[in-house]
Amino acid sequence: MILVIAKREFRSLFLSPLAWVILAVVQVILAWSFFTSIDVFFSIQADLGTLKNAPGVTDLVISPLFEVASIILLMVTPLLTMRLISEEKRNKTMSLLLSAPVSITEIVLGKYLGLLFFILTMLFLIVLMPLSLSMGTELDYEKLFSGAFGLFLMLAAFSAAGLYMSSLTDNPMIAAISTFGLLLLLRMINMNSASAGGGENVLAYLSLHTHFTALLRGIVNSRDIAYFLLFIFGFVVLAIRQLETQRLQS
Amino acid sequence: MSSLISVNNLTRRYGNICAVNNISFELATGDILGFLGPNGAGKSTTMQMLTGNLAPTLGEISINGVDLLENPKAAKTSLGYLPETPPLYKEMTVAEYLQFCGQLHRINKQALSSVCDSAIERCGLGNVRKRLIRNLSKGYQQRVGIAQAILHSPPVIILDEPTVGLDPIQILEIRQLIKTLGQTHGIILCTHILPEVQAVCNRVQIINQGELVYSADMADMLSRQTGRFEITLSSKLDDIKLSDHRVFTAVEFIDGYHFSAESDLSAEQLTEYIVQQQWGLTRFTTQQTSLEQIFIDLTLADTNTADERTANKDLNNEKRQSNAA
Repeated sequence: MILVIAKREFRSLFLSPLAWVILAVVQVILAWSFFTSIDVFFSIQADLGTLKNAPGVTDLVISPLFEVASIILLMVTPLLTMRLISEEKRNKTMSLLLSAPVSITEIVLGKYLGLLFFILTMLFLIVLMPLSLSMGTELDYEKLFSGAFGLFLMLAAFSAAGLYMSSLTDNPMIAAISTFGLLLLLRMINMNSASAGGGENVLAYLSLHTHFTALLRGIVNSRDIAYFLLFIFGFVVLAIRQLETQRLQS
Repeated sequence: MSSLISVNNLTRRYGNICAVNNISFELATGDILGFLGPNGAGKSTTMQMLTGNLAPTLGEISINGVDLLENPKAAKTSLGYLPETPPLYKEMTVAEYLQFCGQLHRINKQALSSVCDSAIERCGLGNVRKRLIRNLSKGYQQRVGIAQAILHSPPVIILDEPTVGLDPIQILEIRQLIKTLGQTHGIILCTHILPEVQAVCNRVQIINQGELVYSADMADMLSRQTGRFEITLSSKLDDIKLSDHRVFTAVEFIDGYHFSAESDLSAEQLTEYIVQQQWGLTRFTTQQTSLEQIFIDLTLADTNTADERTANKDLNNEKRQSNAA
């Protein structure tokens, strides 16, 4: 049942131009960023040879690419999540799901899963770029996949937050703006602690960015993975609770 | 199973406003129940509670013998619902949409396409099945909504204003469809259109300000005569002096040849009497209580309704007892 809803969600994303435009825009911007960092890499390649323990192409090209991707997708994900639940409420299609023999948990999970399929599609297109380098050079695949995995967890966390925001309102614009605000805050929350040099405080732990950069450096730490999973679980449960409450209160 | 829907003391409050107050009723197989009420009476709220879209503040709902509040998934399998606004995913085609609805109702893969085809055929959607719902006219969209509600042939079908936006021929078709479905299913029809209820339903309930104020079998209601007759004669009424004839009371003259009056005699006796007088009877009709009259009486004149409400509550109680028996 979850899959039925997920499949419809995934398909309906592609039935509107929004998904295609987002895929295209993200791809073009990231391709440009990819291209420039390769250019930089070539210009300093000669100097790198003289260094001991010099950073490789994975550190200088792929990690920055994922870093840029995480920033762009922070802006783009709210656009994808905004209509998940709010539009159903606005178009009154929610009652189709609510009067069908499916639970609210299944509805929410189905919608979330549908969006994750889309995120995976987008991620696949992004990872193709660094993979193309393997034709000319040796890549650090472990670091590459740990980075891609980190990006996936990050996007899944963005989506969960967006899902919850979308369940709060029947206006997609409001859902998008509040999701964007929340994500931006969570990314920037460690800024002062990073400048102060203290990486071990609460703010740093709360920040999405701290946990993402660890994975980007190739450090797959259960602490970071647990953070993302808890983040996702928390927001999905909140969205379910929100819909249950709306049924009670309206 | 004696009743498809049984609702007990259903109440719903929005803050301090009581939208639905202590409603109880039953629906049996073969019933087409007309659910009437003025705007804001609590019709849609009741329907939303019956379909699990809204949780009741108090009360019990059981659908096909399954408690909706305790076991919502099982109860909802017996339910088809067309809300006021048809819940359509407008970016899908008609066939895709119905397939999705079928999957939601756990229709297995082999049966899915034949089930969709039969719903498409029943609602006359054959020539638009591959078109996007967004591009269909309001009438067709409404029909897709109906198709969605009857797709999985649920024992209980709840239709909230199903004929809105349809043209007269489509209205007739849909009414015919509802009648056919009514033989094997239990249907609740929510509407403002009183003739529609009269044409389709075999039971009628009127809700006003959140309370059930009237509940009757359509046949009972129509057969109850007021004892008022409308009579047209070929001789001038001025020559007759109706006041000399004691059989007529409360005479109202409509024109020179045409009057209405009440009488203690039955229609048969009265016609005989008039024929004996040799007044040249040309037309004789008995006035029925029209649904419209009842509706207006119950929903407009709040001062008068108090007595009738208690009377109808008795009626409801009788009904419940007979159902329980």
